[in-house]
Amino acid sequence: MSELTVTVNGKTRRVPGPATLLDLLAHLGLDPRTVVVERNREIVRRVRLGETMVAEGDSIELVHFVGGG
Amino acid sequence: MTGTLAPDTLTGAPLTIGGRSFRSRLMVGTGKYRTNGDMVRAIEASGAEIVTVAVRRVDLDRTKEEGVLYHLSPDQYFLLANTAGCYSADEAVRYARLGREAGFNDFVKLEVIGDRETLLPDTEGLLAAARTLVREGFQVLAYTNDDLITALRLEDAGCAAVMPLASPIGSGLGLVNPFSIRTIKRRLSAPVIVDAGVGTASDACVTMEQGVDGILMNTALAEAQDPVAMARAMGLAVEAGRLAYLAGRMPRREVAMPSSPVRGMLE
Repeated sequence: MSELTVTVNGKTRRVPGPATLLDLLAHLGLDPRTVVVERNREIVRRVRLGETMVAEGDSIELVHFVGGG
Repeated sequence: MTGTLAPDTLTGAPLTIGGRSFRSRLMVGTGKYRTNGDMVRAIEASGAEIVTVAVRRVDLDRTKEEGVLYHLSPDQYFLLANTAGCYSADEAVRYARLGREAGFNDFVKLEVIGDRETLLPDTEGLLAAARTLVREGFQVLAYTNDDLITALRLEDAGCAAVMPLASPIGSGLGLVNPFSIRTIKRRLSAPVIVDAGVGTASDACVTMEQGVDGILMNTALAEAQDPVAMARAMGLAVEAGRLAYLAGRMPRREVAMPSSPVRGMLE
């Protein structure tokens, strides 16, 4: 196992690698059914999370629904 | 009985937006409630089916319980993602795409804000974003000002509904320009939903009396002393206003007309 340096929601993090986006969500304790993943400005559909590898230097946004008007 | 339709038939006529029908003409937001319990009970009391939500980063340092879906069931409500907080067409399109991916439908409440103090819309950015999103298959409900020309252009762009403001977001000033709202409603074929500015039940009633198809509100419920009671009041006011509009009000006259017979008085 090595480590990858990625930016998640604007913060630099070191995460275990190699990893898929699904692994990354598990590492962060997030339920993939409640989160939308954007990797380098592209949305990764939920069904593709398990096959999309996290790459060194990736910029990842994890969003969900919050209260709003 | 002189009317053509029973009152409950009139108010029960569904509101159709983007091919979907809704019983309630009141839509509510989920922001700024003091507690999640208040939010859930108020939304229930309002009778609303369409409930707006915002798209934001997950806070990775805190519990995940802040997500609104932990409190509201998407089976029970029609979740309408917004692009609140976006200041350009590109940003709004990005948020709309994320919302569609997170959500359960192709609907988006499109906001492109042009000014931080008034939160008034950037109509140029709004039109650009609306055109892009319509092309991508979204049902766009566009938050706009009370300007007829922009409303017409949004309709031309293919928006599923046009949402002019009653007054600025979160202001609670009520319907400041009934004439503009009536003009927009008269000239558009797309549903007109008044969004923002309603402060209390009378505002909602007067707004619906202009003939618009519905109202979206958030702060009026969330900041009421008793959000649940206010939500119930708003539900009733929207129905009352709708029914009064359909009933057709008496003419205004600047002279008195006695309600009791003038003949038959004692000498």
